This record gives sequence, structure tokens and C-alpha cells, in this order.
Amino acid sequence: MQSFLKIDHIGISFDTPKGKLEVLRDIKLDIAEGEFVSLIGHSGCGKSTVLNIVAGLLRASTGGVLLEAREVTEPGPDRAVVFQHHSLLPWLSVYDNVRLAVDQVFGKTRTRRERDEWTRHNLTLVHMDHALERRPGEISGGMKQRVGIARALAMEPKVLLLDEPFGALDSLTRTHMQDSLMEIQARLNNTVIMITHDVDEAVLLSDRIVMMTNGPAATVGQVLAVDLLRPRDRLALAEDAAYNHYRAEVVKFLHERHDKPRLVSHKPNAGQDAAPLPLAANG
Amino acid sequence: MAATDITSKTFTLPRLARSLDWLAGDGMTRVAGGLTTSLLLPLLGIGLFLLLWSAGAAQVQTSLGQLPGPAQVWAQGQSLWDEHQMAREREAAFYERLDKRLQASIAAGEPEEKLARIRNRQYTGYPTFVDQIWTSLITVGTGFLLASIIAIPIGIVCGMSAGFYAGMNPIIQVFKPVSPLAWLPLVTIIVSAVYVSDDPAISKSFITSAITVTLCCLWPTIINTTVGVATVDKDLMNVSRVLRLGWLKQTLKIILPSAMPMIFTGLRLSLGIGWMVLIAAEMLAQNPGLGKFVWDEFQNGSSNSLARIMVAVLVIGVIGFLLDRAMLMLQRRFSWDKDAILR
Repeated sequence: MQSFLKIDHIGISFDTPKGKLEVLRDIKLDIAEGEFVSLIGHSGCGKSTVLNIVAGLLRASTGGVLLEAREVTEPGPDRAVVFQHHSLLPWLSVYDNVRLAVDQVFGKTRTRRERDEWTRHNLTLVHMDHALERRPGEISGGMKQRVGIARALAMEPKVLLLDEPFGALDSLTRTHMQDSLMEIQARLNNTVIMITHDVDEAVLLSDRIVMMTNGPAATVGQVLAVDLLRPRDRLALAEDAAYNHYRAEVVKFLHERHDKPRLVSHKPNAGQDAAPLPLAANG
Repeated sequence: MAATDITSKTFTLPRLARSLDWLAGDGMTRVAGGLTTSLLLPLLGIGLFLLLWSAGAAQVQTSLGQLPGPAQVWAQGQSLWDEHQMAREREAAFYERLDKRLQASIAAGEPEEKLARIRNRQYTGYPTFVDQIWTSLITVGTGFLLASIIAIPIGIVCGMSAGFYAGMNPIIQVFKPVSPLAWLPLVTIIVSAVYVSDDPAISKSFITSAITVTLCCLWPTIINTTVGVATVDKDLMNVSRVLRLGWLKQTLKIILPSAMPMIFTGLRLSLGIGWMVLIAAEMLAQNPGLGKFVWDEFQNGSSNSLARIMVAVLVIGVIGFLLDRAMLMLQRRFSWDKDAILR
């Protein structure tokens, strides 16, 4: 059976002055429609690179990405990205930032009034309808990220790509944002890939957690299915045995990786001789 | 009763503290602090400068007499203004006489061609100092506008295409340091050769000066626009790619607003250079304007000349400053980054 989003054995290498650097190797992942998948791993392991390949911002050197059996060759609004640093246009108001995306995607199919309503609707969804005329410079980091999410949602993407969306926020704001995202997810049931390095965030939000090995030549180390009932409540789950078990699994994986990063010499192409991974890929 | 005691305490305490502060001199400095930096210190600087000037000028004897101090320069400034007023009155009187003659001719039933000749007669007075200021301002404005129209699009393309920039770069680097005085003879000769007209609507000298200004104004705008466009935040370009914005929309919605602060920096530099260049060009080429005024006074060599040149120097400085402020106001008006410290 063809999966909704298929990441098919992708690898990517970059040319550097020191020779070829293989960042990703043989990443394989099938994602079902409506699934929420987190990518977790140590910083620099290439999580964002995976996301950028799915977004079409980077081309894989080997393998490819199929969305609804169509190959991804360029970026597009069907794979909306929420960037780590909000990347709102600072000269446009909150409303205009979202409206720009709405006009671009639905300019030909919806009337001006429908587009206006759709813009407001998405900003209401992220609780930002009170600050429509504010500029990004005048609102807090959490609010900017909300607008970024609203902009992505407003494109009605097939897949929503979140690149460490709450990484730059303080922990209290982050908790709020995670709750908001869960609430939105419960209503819209989007297909989501989220990059994170926060274990709690990954377990709380995801249906599956994809743990990546350390780079260079990073790949999928282990996939953990999080079988917790929704809606999930962070306070109730804090005492939950299953939740803590999942959490421990992820922590254990990351910890082992950190202590024993893959043995790779710095010579180019030496990665091929590296010891095989003890953990089975994919699940 | 106890309650009122508490409130009265809480209310009087800050007031007491404040008066104590004031007694300690704290209040005075805080109030005076803003006034000192914004008004008192600049005035002090100007005062000190005038004092040094008048003391120093008294020591210098030149071939044209003693070097004028602030008082003489002020007097010459006033006399230049009076001369301008007088010239205006003469001009008004001239047109009044002309009108009377025209009416008389019409009443006498003279032929149409003679009437036309009278109508076409222009007042031909010597341009006053104020006229020269206007000429210079219009020339610099034209040259600067022309340069901006050419430089901004080139800068945008340079910033967007590394290949185009690599091709343009040697040309920019070689022509950027060329002095206006080197351009001037070339421009003069080319304009005389190309702009041939029996009844020129725009004078040749005006075109020569304006083009010289343009040639020197191009480079800072091109370079700064290039940098501004090339350094657009990569995340914002990714947003544009995800949205699949077209070429034009991407330029208008993302690249231009993002590069606007740098473009304005380039424009301000250009206008400053343009104003300096213009004065030099007018002096060298004897083209009407403030530069010619300075040169004429230098050649004239009367006892008032030095003071008049100094008036011109001050006016040139003040206008340069005002032009820069005007650009700054435009930048504030059009820049999205209202918090940026602009000086």
C-alpha cells in the first residue's frame, strides 16, 4: 500500500573545502495521513536537513520524497513550514503576513471577502485575533510563533512542517504553545512533522517519535510509537506509567548516542567502514 | 484615625523623598540633563567656535585685507540678501514697464509680430546669491534623481545575481574613486557634441553639472543596494519559496522592503557626495550655481569678497546638512524598522 508521505531512502552530501560531507544516509520513513511525527536527535545531526528536503528547499542527493505518490521537487504551499525563528515579514502587520500567504494560495479560487475571513479565522485559531494590526516587532516571541503557525495553517497544507517551532521560547510560553498546538491538531487533524530536541514535547505531541543517530551520515536510529489516548493532558500524564516509559525510552536513546557517538574518522568516505548500528532501523 | 495615618504616610513619603532628592541636587540634574545635551552644549560649541574664529581672523592679514570675522560675514550675508531683494524689485518693475508698453501697443493697433516680440522679452539681470542657491539645488536634485533611477535597479540585479555582480564589480570599483574634476572635461565635451540645439530649453551647463553629479552619485547607491539585497534574511527567502511568490512579487514584497534601510544609506551617502561634487563642478566649469558664485568672488577680489565667500561656505554647509536631514526624514517615513537608530 502506498503511504501518504513516503521518505524513501534519502541521503544528502554537501561539498565542503575539506571534501564531501555526508550529512544524511538512507533515511526511510512512511507517514500516514493525519499522523503527528516528531524527529528528535542531538543538535547538528541533520534533523532540519530532513525537514528541508521534505519541504523541497533542499534536493536529496540520493532517494526522494513522495507526497501522495507524487515526487517532491520544489517548495510549495502544500508543505507549509513553520521556521524556528518565526520569519515573519517585519514590515507587514500580523494580518498582512497571513493575508500574503492566503492571497498567494487562494488568490484565484476564493473571493476577496472569503480570503479576509479565512485570514481572520486562522488568526483566531491561534488566539491572535486581538493583535491584527501589530507588527512582528511589537509582539512577543510566542505571539510571533503563533502567527507563523497561523500562516502555515492558512495555506491548508497537506503536510505541516515544524522546524523546532518552540525552541527559542521560554519554558512557560513553550508549554502554552504545545497545548495550543494539541488543541489545533485535535480540530484539524493535520499531518505533521515536527523537529524538536525536547523529550517531553516529543512524547506529549507525537503519534510516533523518530530518533536520529548522530551525524555525519545520520540516519533513523529507532522509531517509537506513542500509544497514548488523546486528548492528552500534561498534568495527568506526568504520573502516567506509560508516558514515563516512553519518555525514558527516548532519553535512553539520546543518552546512549551522546556517550557513544558513532565511530567515524574525519577522512572523507571513511563513514562507509563505520560499525553498523546496534539498534534496528525503523519500526 | 489609624487608617488615615497610614495613608497620609504613604502619600507624604515619596514627596518627602523627592524633595530630599531635589535638595541633594538630583532633581535639578535630571531636569537639566535633557536640556543640557539638546540645547546648551551645542550652543556652547557654536559660541566657542565664533570666539576662536573672530580672535583668529584678527591675526591674519591677506592681500584682500584682514580676514573677516563673524560680524563682517553676517553683514555681508545681509547685504547679499538685500541685493537679492533689490534685484527682485527691479525685475518686477521691468515687467510692469513691459506690460504698460504692451498695452499701449495693443491700443495703437500695432501688428501681431511686434506684440509677440514685446511679450517674449525676458528680464536679464545678473543672478543673485539666492538665485545661485536655487540653481545649485535644482541641479543637484536632477543629478541625484537621475543617479537613483539608474543605480537602484542595477543594485537590485547585482544583489540578486552573483554572476551579474561579478561582471559589474570591476566597473564599479574602477569608476567609484574617480574625482568629479576628472569627469567634468569629458562630460562637458560630450554634452556639447551630443546636445545640439538652436534654442535649448535646458542650458548645456545645467546638463553638464547634473550629469557630473550623477556620475559621482551612482556608486554608493549601487553598492549599498547590492549589499542590502544580497543580505536578505535566508528564512524570508525560504518563506517566499514555500509560497511560490513570483519574481516580481518576491522583489516587491520581500527583497525591496528588506533592503530599504541599506538603499537609504546609499542614497544619503550619494546625496552628500553629489552636493560636494556639484560645488566643485560649478567652480571649475563656470556653470551657474553656488560654486560659480564662490569663483566669481575669488576673481573679483574686492574687500568684501572674503566675507562673501565665507557666507557661501556656511550656506553650502547648512544646505548639505538640511539635505541629509531631509533624506533621514524620508528614511524614517519609508523604513519599517522604526526602532533603528538613525543618525
